[in-house]
Amino acid sequence: MKPFLRKEIPAALSELPDATAYEAGYLVTKNAGWRNVRPVIELDKCTGCLQCYLHCPDGVIFKDKGKVAVDYDFCKGCGICKKICKYAAIRMEAEK
Amino acid sequence: MGLSARTLNEEEFFYGHKACAGCGGSLAVRIALKVLGERSVAVLPAGCMSAVGFNFPQLCFGNNAIISTFAGTASMLTGVEAGLRAQGIDNFHAVGFAGDGGTADIGIQALSGAIDRNDDIIYICYDNEAYMNTGIQKSSLTPFGAKTTTTPAGSNIRGNLRPKKNMFEIVAAHGIPYAATASIGYLNDFMRKVEKASKIKGTKYIHILAPCPTGWGTATDETVEIAKEVVECGLWYLAEYENGGFTLNYRPKEFTDVAAYLKKQSRFKHLTEEDIQTVRYSRDAKWEAIYRNFKII
Repeated sequence: MKPFLRKEIPAALSELPDATAYEAGYLVTKNAGWRNVRPVIELDKCTGCLQCYLHCPDGVIFKDKGKVAVDYDFCKGCGICKKICKYAAIRMEAEK
Repeated sequence: MGLSARTLNEEEFFYGHKACAGCGGSLAVRIALKVLGERSVAVLPAGCMSAVGFNFPQLCFGNNAIISTFAGTASMLTGVEAGLRAQGIDNFHAVGFAGDGGTADIGIQALSGAIDRNDDIIYICYDNEAYMNTGIQKSSLTPFGAKTTTTPAGSNIRGNLRPKKNMFEIVAAHGIPYAATASIGYLNDFMRKVEKASKIKGTKYIHILAPCPTGWGTATDETVEIAKEVVECGLWYLAEYENGGFTLNYRPKEFTDVAAYLKKQSRFKHLTEEDIQTVRYSRDAKWEAIYRNFKII
């Protein structure tokens, strides 16, 4: 199962887990705020070779209609995808 | 056909974690879990991957995962495997992800014990060549010349004086069923090794070099590139050990310049030409031994 953002963050004491962790895949915060540049996929150049998806340390690039797309909630903007892309189909844009 | 980007499990099991941007270790963990699948129980000692994966209330693993003591990765894996087996549960992988310090310094006796008992576990060491989680202190896998906070670079002593311990061959010397080295710059090779390890009974050990932009002083987008270059310049090698013999999986046609590799990283910026020559000599000595003792593919 892919970890995902929970809609409600437990607040009451009774909702806290007995153990030191919540259940597997329990996310409450995004990582988008870490980023100062964002990868943008140029779909006309993307061949769907998936090397960016394979090499992303955060796993935020996913297959989408034969090409790829980015989950901007969790991308940290490291730029590995841009460097690995042989087709120059990813550009980094400054976050404003 | 081995696993590739196209055939790899699309599910993500390590997601939303708080590792630094461009972290090599998190890439190793992510890919290994995609190969091993949902029925993996991950054991993580103190170190980067537990620090970034378990930020209460977050738990960034989609499979079962637990933090062990720093020294006890392998012994907790032993317990996980025995406990699940005792409950009649099968078709799972007990997999550990420990850093270089947690493996070669603090966890080495537990690992040695597990290999001695030949427990059915997979131990993956992501080697970023220092204690990065606590702020870049030297481990026994920090290479010669590297500046860390405990081996500072001055005019007299320039960084770490000791060579990198060869953990892969130390593990192999136990007569382990399967051991391998890998690099996050060669993920197809790594995926093949993890898949192979998952099908072998007994203790398996994979040592993957995973650059750390924060500790090595490289840009966040260079992590994969530098992990390729370290293999191309001969300072790391991709190999396997099984049935009592070593096999070299990849032989660079010609080594690229060691100085170019070193000077890209701020941890080596202070090295003199003489220091770099020392690195070259030790690389050449290592490769002579590889040519003597390894089967070359």
